Amino acid sequence: MSQRTVIIASSVGLHARPAALFVQAATATGLPVEISRVGEEPVDARSILGVMALGAKCGEEVLLTADGDGADAALEELVALLSRDLDAEE
Amino acid sequence: MSPVETRHGIGVSPGTAVGPVVQVRPPVRPPADEAASADPAAAGQLVRQVLESVAVTLEERAARADTTAQQILTATAMMARDPGLATATDKHLARGRGPATAVDAAIEEYCAMFSAAGGYLAERVTDLRDVRDRGVARLLGQKDPGVPELTQPCVIVAHDLAPAETASLRRDLVLAIVTESGGPTSHTAILAAQMGIPAVVQLPGAVGILTGTVLAVDGVTGEVFVDPDPATCDELVQRSERRAKALGTAVGPGMTSDGHPVALLANIGTAEDAERAGVLDVEGVGLFRTEFLFLDKETAPSLEEQVAVYTRVFEAFGSRRVVVRTLDAGADKPLAFANLGPEENPALGRRGLRLSAERPDLLETQLSALATAARVTGADVRVMAPMVATAEETAWFARRVRENGLPSVGVMIEVPAAALRARHVLAEVDFGSLGTNDLAQYTMAADRMQGELATLLDPWQPAVLDLVAAACEGGRETGKPMGVCGEAAADPLLALVLTGLGVSSLSMAPTRVPAVRASLSLHDLRTCTAMAAAARAARSPQDARAAALGLANKLITDLV
Repeated sequence: MSQRTVIIASSVGLHARPAALFVQAATATGLPVEISRVGEEPVDARSILGVMALGAKCGEEVLLTADGDGADAALEELVALLSRDLDAEE
Repeated sequence: MSPVETRHGIGVSPGTAVGPVVQVRPPVRPPADEAASADPAAAGQLVRQVLESVAVTLEERAARADTTAQQILTATAMMARDPGLATATDKHLARGRGPATAVDAAIEEYCAMFSAAGGYLAERVTDLRDVRDRGVARLLGQKDPGVPELTQPCVIVAHDLAPAETASLRRDLVLAIVTESGGPTSHTAILAAQMGIPAVVQLPGAVGILTGTVLAVDGVTGEVFVDPDPATCDELVQRSERRAKALGTAVGPGMTSDGHPVALLANIGTAEDAERAGVLDVEGVGLFRTEFLFLDKETAPSLEEQVAVYTRVFEAFGSRRVVVRTLDAGADKPLAFANLGPEENPALGRRGLRLSAERPDLLETQLSALATAARVTGADVRVMAPMVATAEETAWFARRVRENGLPSVGVMIEVPAAALRARHVLAEVDFGSLGTNDLAQYTMAADRMQGELATLLDPWQPAVLDLVAAACEGGRETGKPMGVCGEAAADPLLALVLTGLGVSSLSMAPTRVPAVRASLSLHDLRTCTAMAAAARAARSPQDARAAALGLANKLITDLV
């Protein structure tokens, strides 16, 4: 199983547009990606409801895990995504 | 020529329109006895297909929407397609629930979780319920509920419309609103008038009219013509033109033909209302309802948030007066953060100033925000309390307002006790403002939400006029001005009676101001006083109105 940690860069946290973009990207990997806050139960990264309910805030560290072919590369992409302020981009 | 079918409702927002019907469907609930799925796995697949179809519909709407709506609709489509939601539904199916019941239960679990989290998540509950209502309707083989996507100008027909649904209607596509229930002072009626959309409520059989049927609607008389012929449409247009002519060319401050001033003010509910009304020919705001800042919120609005909104409102009116009503909530309009529990009779319970007495912190923050915004803008801000019954309550409120450095304080006169004892109540403050909708409700002991009681709630009821007269008498004795900010102020004929009784300002939906201004300009104060006496001498609301009309300038018949 592959895993990465990343700090949420979006100023609004993992909410609204950033959450939607992240879930779309996680779904596009075709892998069962999970996301969790430190010390908490992971949620399905392909679930917008789960990711919004996670409530990860700006500056907070989250853990991404995935299994399967290309899991490392997929997680790198998602880490890069979460490291940008997605709310500020058009 | 065969006669055109005519139905009669109550006109609540002036104007005429002709257009095809679009029916608004109420949401359907899953049947309580929905059969369990014989094959939960197959039912799970069906649910996924239906939710996918909901997602596709939402995306199609998103593609045609503006940027803000697009983001919301796209996110809502993702919720419909959420794998977590499908899994949660599976659990309910496995427990023996039917598909519609399972989807309903799974989405309600998320709603409960989001509501409890508050803030941004709580605001998403509306979107989740949209997915739920569409999903449940489709699983039951019915059409999506709510206002359908409008593609051409139409007449919206519904059993009743929620205020939120009304507020989200597109003015350029909604020619008129017709409802089967709802009363003339319901919030939907008030909103329609504010938005300038002709509206008729309490039209018998409205929901039975087929989508696509052409209706001609007169929002003044309450007449609705089904499949009108060209002659009927022409007559409606001519009626509109006669009204426009009667409106005449009067502009500027309201006054009678002999120069007695009666300030014409706007009722507003939001900063957007203020900006729309601010550019119109009105003398200020006679009622700024501040509830929208509080209702549907999980937490109380912060001082900063309130200062920002009040500043926007005050700036829209420059040096013109803005009368602000402090928070008016209670068991009928419950607040998530100040819920005093259910009450047997919410209209008679701890609402208005009584809620402020229980939660002085809310009032204190609001007054402090109003004082800051008034200082920043230099605006003519006057603050009044709702639901005041006694002089002691008035004194309590006035002290708090003045301690915050706000120079002008008043009270709503909507409880009969306050009208009868206006002399003592007004001695504590600078002005009074008659809320005729609630005053009629409390005088006649008739719930204003009960459309069936509309006759009792008629502001022409002589008993209500007697209480208005008592309040004005108290104003005269104390030298304090008395205004009216209920729907009664918007009736061009009743406005004359109110003027005759001694009212010195009239506040209404801004679209109604021109008709009232024209009516005042056609009559002198002596005539208004004579009308007031004649109306009070009558024994029924019909007689009171007829007596006033008998003394009026004949031109006014085209205005009322």
